[in-house]
Amino acid sequence: MTSLFEYAPAPESRSIVDIAPSYGLFIDGEFVDGTGESFKSVNPATEEVLTEVSAGSGADVDRAVAAARRAFTRVWGPMRPADRGKYLFRIARLLQERAREFAVLESLDNGKPIRESRDVDVPLAAAHFFYHAGWADKLDHAGLGPGPRPLGVAGQVIPWNFPLLMLAWKVAPALATGNTVVLKPAETTPLTALLFAEVCQQADLPPGVVNIVTGAGDTGRAVVEHGDVDKVAFTGSTEVGKSIARAVAGTRKSLTLELGGKAANIVFDDAPIDQAVEGIVQGIFFNQGHVCCAGSRLLVQESVHDEAIASLQRRIGTLRVGDPLDKNTDIGAINSAEQLARIRELSDVGEAEGAQRWQPACDLPDRGFWYPPTVFTDVSPAHRIAREEVFGPVLSVLTFRTPDEAVAKANNSTYGLSAGIWTEKGSRILKIANQLRAGVVWANTFNKFDPTSPFGGYKQSGYGREGGRHGLTGYLKGATHS
Amino acid sequence: MSDRLAVRKTYKLYVNGAFPRSESGRTYEVTDTRGHFLANAARASRKDARDAVVAARAAFPKWSAMTAYNRGQVLYRVAEVMEGRHAQFCEEVAAGEGLSTSKARAAVDAAIDRWVWYAGWTDKLAAVLGGANPVAGPYFDFSMPEPTGVVAVLAPQQSSLLGLVSVLAPVLAGGNTAVVVTSRERPLPAVTLAEVLATSDVPGGTVNLLTGDAEELGTWLAEHADVDAIDLTGAPAGRAMEFEREAAGTVKRVVRPTAAEPDWTADPGLSRMTPFLETKTVWHPIGV
Repeated sequence: MTSLFEYAPAPESRSIVDIAPSYGLFIDGEFVDGTGESFKSVNPATEEVLTEVSAGSGADVDRAVAAARRAFTRVWGPMRPADRGKYLFRIARLLQERAREFAVLESLDNGKPIRESRDVDVPLAAAHFFYHAGWADKLDHAGLGPGPRPLGVAGQVIPWNFPLLMLAWKVAPALATGNTVVLKPAETTPLTALLFAEVCQQADLPPGVVNIVTGAGDTGRAVVEHGDVDKVAFTGSTEVGKSIARAVAGTRKSLTLELGGKAANIVFDDAPIDQAVEGIVQGIFFNQGHVCCAGSRLLVQESVHDEAIASLQRRIGTLRVGDPLDKNTDIGAINSAEQLARIRELSDVGEAEGAQRWQPACDLPDRGFWYPPTVFTDVSPAHRIAREEVFGPVLSVLTFRTPDEAVAKANNSTYGLSAGIWTEKGSRILKIANQLRAGVVWANTFNKFDPTSPFGGYKQSGYGREGGRHGLTGYLKGATHS
Repeated sequence: MSDRLAVRKTYKLYVNGAFPRSESGRTYEVTDTRGHFLANAARASRKDARDAVVAARAAFPKWSAMTAYNRGQVLYRVAEVMEGRHAQFCEEVAAGEGLSTSKARAAVDAAIDRWVWYAGWTDKLAAVLGGANPVAGPYFDFSMPEPTGVVAVLAPQQSSLLGLVSVLAPVLAGGNTAVVVTSRERPLPAVTLAEVLATSDVPGGTVNLLTGDAEELGTWLAEHADVDAIDLTGAPAGRAMEFEREAAGTVKRVVRPTAAEPDWTADPGLSRMTPFLETKTVWHPIGV
């Protein structure tokens, strides 16, 4: 399809970021050399090597946990809660001040469009710190009775899809409740976490309160299994989440897991189709579909299926795929070659199992990792693309006739993270929302996030919540009841 | 004293609102603390545990969809019916736990009062644990607690009635259904409680009570894919870690046992309800 509008390139300048040739680990308030191998962080849009980063060894993790323990016992634990809050307010402000720098760096390292890193990831990360800063001296009202206590040292492992935002979701509540942190960013996206370490220095955050140990799975395992860690928080795949739950079994460690999803986005025949189509696009193509709560299963009422799909395809034809730093880009690069291979493999399986693949004509750059927005129709609930998380810009379309069938199909999943409902009928929204076994339900909207709003899953999408009052409870124990 | 020969009770399982024997035909001898024979209890098998999970899953939609007010009344009704069997419970608790009459009476009183306490919680949980979230945008956003689903409970080994009620009632108050493995050595008050549940207004399948060995039943419940959560309070020493590992295979919510059995007379707060509640958050745009 010929493009309705031609857009001149509108690239955001990358001169605002200054990437060092190599980075160490951030332990006890300082950047130190790691004792493990180093690895390269790559710009997925160009395959250009951005920098070299240390893979934290077991000894490095020991040092980081020891620093966190010291900081917890001597400084952060005994500190006046209002002062802890003030440090978090400082961090929120510093993130706002350096927002453009963070946004550009995030897009370079992750491949997401600058429009999203600039308008979603970074502002929300700052908002999370601002929100939790205010909780620090109000924890008596967190629902655990008066005088709740922090757990101690939190070991946190985060994914590559929202590197800075997931850091904020983890670090802000941990610090506000008086815990100290050892955080392991994802292997492919360590750079904004390392820039955040600079922010901690600028905020004069006491050494050891936040420690950042980069690395891959082995480093993460060392953090999770460390004997002096009191709390483990993980966001990532259900498979790794299960192995973490196994590893902490029988220990004193408290665990929260935010795992995979296969969200149903349900469109009823009375939904305003244009709005629903925008929501479907936002639901599955936001962040290249690298979203655990992505609306990856479209359940559309049979009577409007053809109209909805035609409209959806027309809209997808206008999405611009390409340079993440271009302000007009809608869909950026796939984060890694490995993830691209997985998306390709599952899409091929979808076709082999009998679903119909549709992709718009679109020119993809020669270098880098790219996958066009993809819609599968004629998908049956038994197909792997209807059951497994693709974690890419791939939508599976199923149909239903009655609301009961929609609910049954939506709930027919081992996951239960999120869901969407599109209808003009309020009473139907409330009924369906009640029946869906999912932690977040978006009605006539999708993929909205806010620090005041608890986020997390049912079933094998994990347990515990992040955000809101609920998110604090994963980092606290009651004075009388656990 | 009458020379009438007593009619003794057959103690059986409680599954799906009925009282079957174990499909395995197995029983084991239950004695009082001095070793005198009390009864032969059914020793539940893996198949019984599976049947109980099927029953609990089938009962979940009805029990969880009941209004909180109605669920509260049903739990209160359990207390009412228990009160009528007060003497029988005292006798069984005294024999099974080796308690004096007055201590057994205190335990039974506390167990009945605990049902009353949890009955009063059902219609307050949403207000205490849920609420509106002031998001930075034109959306109405609220969170509410919902039951986790089917909960397996390994009931305490020591406190055969008060401990049992203290772990079962909070699971039910939140809207979950339960598969309970009773104390192995002291299962008789649990079977009498089952008779109370059957004659209260608790729908069949909502609570399933298995007498037998938590050591063998625990493994099967921990790994069962249709169990959403497991309370390991009564897990035999040394097995809790293994059960927790098995539970990880389906991301079950797990309540770990404490080193010693808790003081069941203490106010439990929300601590036994929140592990079996999910938080659902709903967003809707505000506009015209």
